[in-house]
Amino acid sequence: MQALPKIINDIFPSPPIDETDRRLIAATQSGLPLTPRPYHTVAEQLGLKAEEVMARMQRLLAVGVIRRIGVVPNHYALGYRANGMSVWNVPDDKVVEYGQKIGALDFVSHCYQRPRHLPDWPYNLFAMVHGRTRDEVEEKVSRIARLLGRHSRGHAVLYSTRILKKTGLRLSKNS
Amino acid sequence: MTHRNHDPINETLAMSELDKQLLNEFQRDFPLTSTPYADIAARIGVTEQEVIARLRQLRAAGVVGRVGAVIRPHSIGTSVLAAMAVPAARLEQVAALVNGYPEVNHNYEREHRYNLWFVVTAADQDDIDAVLNDIQRRTGIRVLALPMLESYHIDVGFKLHWEPDDRDIGEINANHQ
Repeated sequence: MQALPKIINDIFPSPPIDETDRRLIAATQSGLPLTPRPYHTVAEQLGLKAEEVMARMQRLLAVGVIRRIGVVPNHYALGYRANGMSVWNVPDDKVVEYGQKIGALDFVSHCYQRPRHLPDWPYNLFAMVHGRTRDEVEEKVSRIARLLGRHSRGHAVLYSTRILKKTGLRLSKNS
Repeated sequence: MTHRNHDPINETLAMSELDKQLLNEFQRDFPLTSTPYADIAARIGVTEQEVIARLRQLRAAGVVGRVGAVIRPHSIGTSVLAAMAVPAARLEQVAALVNGYPEVNHNYEREHRYNLWFVVTAADQDDIDAVLNDIQRRTGIRVLALPMLESYHIDVGFKLHWEPDDRDIGEINANHQ
């Protein structure tokens, strides 16, 4: 199995996080308590002061370890039942330009460049498209196709038909 | 054409204006203050008790997964997307085998020759390679490793549309992001 390309470490250097940050993330990953003073509750669990919890979360936000704090909706429960993973074969010298354009579309929830595995897997750009119906997803995919124009050398849409497993982030084998 | 009649949420849980505001306007910038729910309540003109009660109901109904932090991938540990082309007759067996690894936290069946898509998360790349190699060895089926090389999406949350035909609003949002 290939090693993760070094490029990842160049593009996404890991900001320093200490053991307390890790404990804080582990304690809050399933959600903040829905009680009037949630940071105080978390602080008590971790043996910290609430001010430190808030300051650490502020810092993790600032350095990008935490992308955002907020309400995380369940798209599926909200009726977005069609989940199409669109995959595109885009020339390597165009993938950054079009990746940024596609990633900026508001109906695209993830847009990643991934390696090809020729000849079986020619696609290097993945854009996840959510919709209430397949027709809605197809219409959105056709907008991506128009945006790419002649730079799309082939694409496919892979619909999920079953969730076989979905669990939270595991921090280690022992967690 | 109205999808509303089929919308399971509108059938099982009436979405109030408060719900819509909570779901759409607070996917980011949740207050880092002693009393965040009271601060949200003050901003939208309801009471703290209403905000907390409604979020609890939305979470119980499964509409809200959680109120909390979204962590950037690879900040803690590392992960890789993997795909396998599994013969239909073996899909259940291979899916169960893959699910048996604690490092596998997502596994989806998709309609394609590559029909099994899963994410392996571990402390480091060596652990991930060990899992992928093990799956390949035990199943005899090639595992495609598809690590993220670059992310082009700025994660600002996901704009929810309440009317299925409000695509114009979607285009306006796309221009502003």
